[in-house]
Amino acid sequence: MSKINFLKPDKDNLTTFLYIGSFLFVTSIIDVFLNSFFSLNITGFLPSSLSFIIPIILGFIGLYFIRIEHSGYKFLDQVNKNINTNNFNAILSLLIIFIIIKATPPILSWFVVDASFAGDSKDVCSGTGACWTYIKVWFRRFMYGMYPNAEQWRINLSFIALALLGSVGYFATEKYKKYLTLYYVIIYPFIAFLFIFFFISGGPIFFDFSYGIIAAVISIIIGFFIPSKFKFYYFIFVPITLYIVLKYFVFYEELIELGKLDGLNWVETGAWGGLSLTFIISFFCLIFCFPIGMAFALGRRSDFPLIRYISIGFIEFWRGVPLITVLFMSAVMFPMFLPADFFIDKLVRCIIAISLFEAAYVAEVIRGGLQALPRGQYEAAKSLGMGYWRMHIFVILPQALKLVIPGIANTFLALVKDTPLIFVVGLLEIVGMLNLAKTNPKWLGFAMEGYVFAAIIFWIICYAMSKYSYNLEQKYKTER
Amino acid sequence: MDLKLQKIIPQLITVLVVVLVFGFFTYNAQINMENRGIDFGYGFLSQESSFDVQFSLIEYDGSHSYFRAYLVGLLNTILVSVIGIIFATILGVIVGVARLSPNYLINQFAAFYVEFFRNIPLLLQIFFWYFAALRALPLPQDADAMLGVFFLTIKGLYVPAFIWENLNVFLYSIIAAIIAIVVIRIHARKIQETQGKQLPVFWISLGLIFILPLLSFLIGGVSLSFEIPQLKQLATTSFIYEGGLSLPPELIALTLSLALYTATFIAECVRAGIQGVGKGQKEAAASIGLNPNQVLKLVVMPQALRIIIPPTTNQYLNLTKNSSLAAAIAYPDLVLVFAGTALMQTGKAIEIVSITMLTYLSLSISISILMNWYNKKIAIKEK
Repeated sequence: MSKINFLKPDKDNLTTFLYIGSFLFVTSIIDVFLNSFFSLNITGFLPSSLSFIIPIILGFIGLYFIRIEHSGYKFLDQVNKNINTNNFNAILSLLIIFIIIKATPPILSWFVVDASFAGDSKDVCSGTGACWTYIKVWFRRFMYGMYPNAEQWRINLSFIALALLGSVGYFATEKYKKYLTLYYVIIYPFIAFLFIFFFISGGPIFFDFSYGIIAAVISIIIGFFIPSKFKFYYFIFVPITLYIVLKYFVFYEELIELGKLDGLNWVETGAWGGLSLTFIISFFCLIFCFPIGMAFALGRRSDFPLIRYISIGFIEFWRGVPLITVLFMSAVMFPMFLPADFFIDKLVRCIIAISLFEAAYVAEVIRGGLQALPRGQYEAAKSLGMGYWRMHIFVILPQALKLVIPGIANTFLALVKDTPLIFVVGLLEIVGMLNLAKTNPKWLGFAMEGYVFAAIIFWIICYAMSKYSYNLEQKYKTER
Repeated sequence: MDLKLQKIIPQLITVLVVVLVFGFFTYNAQINMENRGIDFGYGFLSQESSFDVQFSLIEYDGSHSYFRAYLVGLLNTILVSVIGIIFATILGVIVGVARLSPNYLINQFAAFYVEFFRNIPLLLQIFFWYFAALRALPLPQDADAMLGVFFLTIKGLYVPAFIWENLNVFLYSIIAAIIAIVVIRIHARKIQETQGKQLPVFWISLGLIFILPLLSFLIGGVSLSFEIPQLKQLATTSFIYEGGLSLPPELIALTLSLALYTATFIAECVRAGIQGVGKGQKEAAASIGLNPNQVLKLVVMPQALRIIIPPTTNQYLNLTKNSSLAAAIAYPDLVLVFAGTALMQTGKAIEIVSITMLTYLSLSISISILMNWYNKKIAIKEK
C-alpha cells in the first residue's frame, strides 16, 4: 500500500477507507453529542464558526469514505442503502442526526429533569422545566370540568359501564351474533343515552321519561323471545303495563322522600366539561351522524329527483360552511326558530349541530363507496327479486361500508378534533378548561404545560383511532 | 298507474316534511321576532358601525358602515387563507416528497411530522402558538434583528415595507414577460412537432422573467426602496416599532398553525399522487430514451397531478373554512368581526349568521364547480 487513492476506494485500500470513514463519522457524532449533552466543546480551540460546522464536514467526509457498494459487510450495506445513497442524502441524514442529538437535552430537561412534579402550589415551580404540578392540581377540572368533585364517580361509572357494554361484541357467541347490529345501532345508544342523561345529569325531572325508556327497552328485549303469534298483543299491552308498574310501584321518588335512597343531584350541562365532555360529545355525534349520513348518501343516489335534490342541497350546505358558524347558528339563531316556551339544552343543540355537520361528510364518504361498487352487484341483487331496502341492507351497504372504512375513520377523527370548537356556545371541554385555568391569577404563566398535556391526550386518542381503523381495514379487506 | 304512484308518494312525503319543518321554523321565527320587537331586514348594512377593528387591509373605522366591516372581515379571512395556502403547499410538497425518499431518516422524519401535527386538534395548535409559543418572544426593546431588518417581538413581526416608484411599469414588465413566455412555449411546441427540435424553454423563460423586470429598473424609471422599522419609545417602559409593515401575532399564530396542520394533509395527497403513478410508466418512459428530468416532467408529473389536485383543492377549501377559528384568538376575520361584534351590536342574528354562512357557502360551491369542471377536463378518456 504505497499510496492512498483518495478519490476511489478499491479492493486494496477498502478497509483503510472504511476505518478512516467510520472514525470521522463517529468523531463528528461524538463531538455534537458532547457539545449538547455536556456542553463540552472539543473543537473549542478553533474559530467559533469553524468549530460550528466542523462536525458536518467531518461527518460528510466520513460518509463519503464509507460509501462502498457491495462491501461485503451487511451492516455497512444497510447504512449505505438507507441513509447514505449520495452526497445530498448524506448531508440531509447528518443534519437530521445532529438535530435529534441537539434537541434531545432541552426537551428532556423541560419534560423530566428540570420539571417539578411534587407539591400543590405554584411556589414549587420555579425551575426552567415544566410545571406538572399545575396539571396535577387542575387534573380533575381538566377531566370533569366544573362537575362537582363529590359526584364525579357517576361519570367514571357511566364510562366504565358503557365501555363494558360496548365490548359485548367481542364476547358474543355465534348464536347472538346476528343481533349485534341491532344492539349497536338501537339498544346501545339508548343505554348510553340513559346513562348520560339520568346518571351523569341526575335530578328528578327525568324520572318519568326514564321509566318510559326503561320500559320500552325491557319490553323490546323480552319481545325477541315472544312467539310471533302474540307479538302484536304483547307490544300493545306490556310496555304500558311495565311503565305503570315502574312509575307507581317502584317508588323511586317515595324512597327518596323517605330518605331511604339518596337521589342523584342534578348537575346542569353547563357544569359538564373537560375531557369527559369531549368523550360524551364525540360519542353521541358519532352515533347520530352515521345513520343520518347513510340516509343522505342513499338519498343522493336515489332515483327520485326531488329526494336527490334535497339530499344534494343538504350535503352541500353543511359541507360548505365552517363548523364554527354552524355552532354560532345553533347558539344564536336556532332558539329563534323554536316556539318561545320550548327550550333545548345547550349541549343537545351542540350535539345536533355537530351531528348534522359531520353527517354531510359521512354521506359523501359513503357515496364514494356506493359509487365504487360495480353495477353487477345491484343487478344481481335485483335479479334475485330483492327490493330497494333488502338490496341495500344485505348486498350493497355491507360491501360499500367495507370499502370506505378509512374515509369514515378520517371523518370520525375530524369529529373528535372538532369538539374543542364548542367553546363558541360556552361549553368548555378540555381545551376550553385549559384556557380558563391559564387565566386563574394563582396559576398564571403555565399555558405551555396545559397545551402540551392536552396535545398529548388528543394525540394518543387520535393516533389510536387511526391505527384501529387501519386494523379494521386490514381485517375486512376482501379480495375483489 | 300503480307504479307511478309508487314513485310519487315517497317524494311527496319528503317534500312535505321539508316544507313543514321550514314552515314551522319560519312561523316561530316570525312570532319570536315580533315578541322581541326585532324587524327582519338587511337595511342595517348601510348603517354606521361604530366599532373599531384592530387590523384591516382597507381603510376602516367606526364611522364606516356595517357592510364595510363585513368587507374588512372578508379580506382578512382571504389574507390568512392565501398566506396559509402558500406556506402549506410549499411545506406539504416538501414533506410529501420526503416521505417517499429512499433515505430512511428523511422519510421517518417526514412521517413523524405528518403523524404528529395531523392528530392534534387545530384549535389546540392555534392556542399553543398564540398563547404559549409566541408569548415567549422578547419585548420590542429586547428584540434582536433578524438579517438586520426583521424584528420578531411579542407584539408581532415587523418587516420592511416596499416603497415603489412607477410600480405600474414594473407590473407591466412582468406581464410582458409572462406573455412572451407563453408565446415562446407555443412556438417551441410547434417547432418540436414539426421539426423535432427542442428549444431550451426553461432557460429562456427564466431569463425573460428576470431580465424584463430588471430592464424596467434600469431604463423604465422604476425604483424600490425599503422602509426599515425603527424602535420608538412611547413611555418609559413601552416601546413599539414604527415604519415598515407590522404583522400582528394573531395573524402569525393563525397562518403558522393553519399551514403546519394543512401541510400534513397536502403531504399525504402528494405522496398518494406520486405513488399512484405506476412503476411501469416510469420504466416505459425510460426505455424509450427519455432522461430522468423528462420522465418526471412529461410522464410522472402529468399523471400524478391528476391524482393530487382534486384532494389538494379540498384541503385548500378546508384551510379557508378552518381560518374561521381565528375568532378564538381574536384575529378580526369574517366570523369575529361580522358574526361576533356586528351581531352583538345589532342583534340581527338571522341576517348576520345567514350572510356569513352564505359567504363561505358561495366560496366553497364556486370552488367545487371549478373542481368538477377541471376533473372532467383532465379525466382519462376511457374507451
